[in-house]
Amino acid sequence: MKSYDLVIVGGGPAGLAAAVSAKENGINDILILERDKELGGILNQCIHNGFGLHTFKEELTGPEYASRFIEKVLSLGISYKLNTMVMDISHEKKVTAMNRKDGMFEIQAKAIILAMGCRERSRGALNIPGYRPAGIYSAGTAQRLVNMEGYMPGREVVILGSGDIGLIMARRMTLEGAKVKVVAELMPYSGGLKRNIVQCLNDFDIPLKLSHTVIDIEGKERVTGVTIAEVGTDGKPIPGTEEYYSCDTLLLSCGLIPENELSRSAGVTLNPVTSGPVVNDSLETSISGVFACGNVLHVHDLVDYVSEEAGIAGANAAHYILSGNTADACNTNSQHSDASVSECSQPSVEIIPTGGVRYTVPKYIRPEAMADKVTVRFRVGQIYKNCGIATYFGDERISFRKRPVMAPGEMESVVLTREQLTNCPDLEQITICIEEA
Amino acid sequence: MYDIAIIGAGVTGCAIARELSRYQAGICVIEREEDVCCGTSKANSAIIHAGFDAKPGTLKAKLNVEGNAMMDTLSKDLDIPFVRNGSLVVCTDEQDASELERLLEQGKENGVKDLRILDREALHTMEPNLDDHVTSALYAPTGGIVCPFHMTIAFAENAVANGVEFFLNTAVTSITSLEDGYLISTDKQDITAKTVINAAGVYADVFHNMVSSKKLHITARKGEYQLLDKSAGTHVSHTIFQLPGKMGKGVLVTPTVHGNLLVGPTAEDTDNKEGINTTREGLASLSEKASHSVKNLPMRQVITSFAGLRAHEDNGDFIIGEAADAPGFFDAAGIESPGLSSAPAIGVMMARLVQDKMHLTEKENFIATRKGILRPEALSLEERNELIKKQPAYGNIICRCEMISEGEILDAIHRPLGARSLDAIKRRTRAGMGRCQAGFCSPRTMEILAREVPMEMTDISKCGGSSQFVYGYNKEIQEEMP
Repeated sequence: MKSYDLVIVGGGPAGLAAAVSAKENGINDILILERDKELGGILNQCIHNGFGLHTFKEELTGPEYASRFIEKVLSLGISYKLNTMVMDISHEKKVTAMNRKDGMFEIQAKAIILAMGCRERSRGALNIPGYRPAGIYSAGTAQRLVNMEGYMPGREVVILGSGDIGLIMARRMTLEGAKVKVVAELMPYSGGLKRNIVQCLNDFDIPLKLSHTVIDIEGKERVTGVTIAEVGTDGKPIPGTEEYYSCDTLLLSCGLIPENELSRSAGVTLNPVTSGPVVNDSLETSISGVFACGNVLHVHDLVDYVSEEAGIAGANAAHYILSGNTADACNTNSQHSDASVSECSQPSVEIIPTGGVRYTVPKYIRPEAMADKVTVRFRVGQIYKNCGIATYFGDERISFRKRPVMAPGEMESVVLTREQLTNCPDLEQITICIEEA
Repeated sequence: MYDIAIIGAGVTGCAIARELSRYQAGICVIEREEDVCCGTSKANSAIIHAGFDAKPGTLKAKLNVEGNAMMDTLSKDLDIPFVRNGSLVVCTDEQDASELERLLEQGKENGVKDLRILDREALHTMEPNLDDHVTSALYAPTGGIVCPFHMTIAFAENAVANGVEFFLNTAVTSITSLEDGYLISTDKQDITAKTVINAAGVYADVFHNMVSSKKLHITARKGEYQLLDKSAGTHVSHTIFQLPGKMGKGVLVTPTVHGNLLVGPTAEDTDNKEGINTTREGLASLSEKASHSVKNLPMRQVITSFAGLRAHEDNGDFIIGEAADAPGFFDAAGIESPGLSSAPAIGVMMARLVQDKMHLTEKENFIATRKGILRPEALSLEERNELIKKQPAYGNIICRCEMISEGEILDAIHRPLGARSLDAIKRRTRAGMGRCQAGFCSPRTMEILAREVPMEMTDISKCGGSSQFVYGYNKEIQEEMP
């Protein structure tokens, strides 16, 4: 069996940044496994601009942003395999993968970084009733067809869900000559970035109907129309509000789900709120030496934050390998539900999300072992105006940051310092919540 | 002129075609859809019933028990995924216990083997997720689960191997009797045959009534289902039925032979023989009803929903035989549940009836077996690598959820009655049948189909007809629009 110090599952933005960081932190024996035919992941089909404002202080397209990292990976001589599907990851960090050339092969890794990204919620998972004709696409599938294959999936379009890909595709389909009739959003707010609503819908006079959903799909072979209706506060359609839209295409942009089938079968503990692994401040999962970053960990709003997070995962994986603790047995019982994150040699403090904060990544902080600063990222459950983010150590509020507007479509963050934590030696839990300003 | 023309390439028509292909005869199957298994056969509970449901003496009872018994040999011969997982009819009210006894007696009379009633304690060990109100259940170890797509396709492919011709995309428009047979007019060519077998599902009454004055009447009875992800596939291991009511067998919860969990069906009569749409009410009712027999159903893990139409004839039993006033016109009509379970036996029965009339000669070189699409996941690491070395396409995963390789898709395209649409590929390989529901793999599968057939991307469809996926290249459609 071949062995590598570090195997990175996924060559998208998370995997690339993690690889670069691990290399820069002293690991040479790295292998990236990518299932697609090129590195870059989903960025390759995101040909619109708006990427990299934080990371590079300039506005790049998706492929341009990806190429910055791909070039680094190449110049650092990091090895990778394309068209290679990871079939299994074991609790003991044995990776089974397959491609046309090598067949099915096994690799023993000292550390693994999970960077598999996410997938889109499908029509079936959304329980939209009606017929099952052609013409129903997830927004990302349509994006691939238009941007990478050059095919037009439809002429008259209704979009359900106002996630960012749906908003981007509303503009894209319009520019390619399709008529986007309406974007319906189940929630009373959009799940996408504000800038995308302005640039992709408002600028093209595409109506956004909040608190609306698709209640019927017509057409036996190809979509011929959909019915949308307003939903009440109970999430149920309100009789009498039905509107029929004739169309040949329904795009779905109703949320992303981290792809953790491999993590689950390896025995990694998942957070039911994010559908991603539970991690500590080093982004290590419940299996020691297995780290996670990017959209497989939690769905991000901006790729810049993915890169930043992946850099941290890469650095911590490097430290883990270099520390020589790789045979550490501290996590052997982590498959059991009562030990969701390794306690290893380091005690950890749990972060409790409450009062509008849906989850936090990381979920555990190790005051002794943490970096000087740790950014805790999360999303809120609804729109908040004139509120702020409060952080409590035990019962004591240690910080409060005012935020004029917070929305579920955008990630929020709190920075915790090592100094803050080491100053409270008996700290049992940290609470992060939304409070009125 | 064909000796025999079979209308309908569902599981019934294909099972009949396969049985008749044992004889020296010119046989064709006429199907309006672009593939076999596109009607009722593709949207049902995927169950091989034990056979205790139907009244003793009915064709349903007889053929179900016979069909069930045939499945062990048939699944081996034709390489059909089939498991005898056993079924339970659960009783949640002590007062209904007598109904279980009645079913037990009825099953015995029908010839179902090894039936017994289990108490709460025995059930708890067998199925920990049964609802706490379940007091007892009728256990039928011979009950099974099958892949209805593979079963139908296996019959059809084996029939082709034995010389049967299939006319797909061919809709029958009228049938008129000739001196020595029938003229079948279609939207394509005219077809003549000495004997016609009507296996047209919900349309069997329409075709029967074209040649017979003894009218049939078939009602389409809609059944809606929800399919759960494989992560929920072990929630129950047996097929869990509820005590039958007036509108069918109630809602069942069952593992599928591929490892998913299936919940359904509803039972709603409809005037629309094309009405395979799901409804908000129907889908909502499923989890509520299923919760009476199985607890903690993880309905958040639904990956798709679908509806099928059962062909319910007014008299409630299968109609199998020659129409009284139309010599040479045979019906296999009213084939609703347990139609899938009975299909193998319907094939045998129909072949015997036709043989009695036509006195066909048996072939000496009948091919009794068929190999399905190679599933690399069933191979050892060494065997798999050997395969990939020979055919690298088996090393290229196309469908990430179900881990289906390009090799399997190529096989589906190039075998007899090869797949020409994404649904046809899906039914044969499971590519696109997983949790992302073809979001990732459909553009890739389209590319493979376009390259292999070959065909234009703009002609590639979900399920034939006008179900194309793309309308042309970018910017092209702009010019077309006013």
